[in-house]
Amino acid sequence: MQGLLNFLTGLSLALILIVLVSVRRSHTRVEYSVSWLGAALTLLVLSRCRWLLNWLASAIGIDSPPMALLTLVGCLFLLVLFRLSVILSALRDANIALTQRIAILEYQLESVHEESKSKS
Amino acid sequence: MIATPRRKDSLLIIVPAFNEEAAVGRVVKEIHEAAPGVPVVVVDDCSKDGTANVAAAARARVMRLPFHLGLGGAVQAGYRLAFELGFDFVIRIDGDGQHDPAYIPKIYEALRTSGCEMAIGSRFEDGPVKHSSFTRGVGIRFFRMVLRPILGKPVHDPTSGFVGVNRAALQVFSGSFPLEYPEIETLVVLQRKAFRFVEVPCRMRERMGGRSSITAVKSLYYIFHVLMGVFVNVLKYEGRRKRTPAARAST
Repeated sequence: MQGLLNFLTGLSLALILIVLVSVRRSHTRVEYSVSWLGAALTLLVLSRCRWLLNWLASAIGIDSPPMALLTLVGCLFLLVLFRLSVILSALRDANIALTQRIAILEYQLESVHEESKSKS
Repeated sequence: MIATPRRKDSLLIIVPAFNEEAAVGRVVKEIHEAAPGVPVVVVDDCSKDGTANVAAAARARVMRLPFHLGLGGAVQAGYRLAFELGFDFVIRIDGDGQHDPAYIPKIYEALRTSGCEMAIGSRFEDGPVKHSSFTRGVGIRFFRMVLRPILGKPVHDPTSGFVGVNRAALQVFSGSFPLEYPEIETLVVLQRKAFRFVEVPCRMRERMGGRSSITAVKSLYYIFHVLMGVFVNVLKYEGRRKRTPAARAST
């Protein structure tokens, strides 16, 4: 049991490190790193704070505290992934609108060029 | 140049095309024969072949998308252009040659006279015909059954992409349009807006060139995807409303 908790502590520290390095190198924007850092910090605190983990396990009715932690972490990461899906969808919509706008403007620009050419 | 249309009941024909250089030239030529004087815009969905050049050589105007958006994105780009230029009606015809442009006048007439927001070129309106593939036949029957209670009336050819829309529908589709496999979801969106559609008997042909993007595996994905899209749109259902002023004004 302790081994699993140590592993989860290591995992959370690694995740925090990866996210911070990624933000520092501008691979990830700060606003998109917040949810990952939040999830990793929750994992770190719960894996080190035994009384809190025991309380949480009994509160959600799971006998094994590490299993409760894994369940909670799974739910947290699902929420993070869902948030990213929402962001991704908004970006895709913006991308499509932008692509269409560029195509329409290019089309109209070409039309204006042709019109001025035919007049001159 | 396609200027802002000045005459009443102006029509624009859009041809979404992706890697259709083998067929698009003939399609444009046939459109010019069937509907002389009607402007044609080929929406080139970032093709890797010479689709845009072939279309331009056939005297179509070409709108080039800088990135590949898929069928829905290409069609919506055409609708947006038509709406911004002020056209009253738009007929969409695919660039692969499956839709016979000889039926464009019929669809246009149905749009002008029926008062419906959409006219669908239907291969089944005159009775059963041979399906292009077994899976397509099964899919069409399946979606007919699914759509019947949602639309409140039967639709014979829900997968047809040979459609015409009026300005009220153009306004809606300029703002929001299904991206992948848009035909069936479009019908549900129309229903949500209390718009109506009419089916016009049309002859469909084999593709003139290129390859269909729908494979056997994609057929299953298609059914799942469209089914999800239909139900998500039904969940958004706002109740049958009176026809909008825009819809009334356009008819």
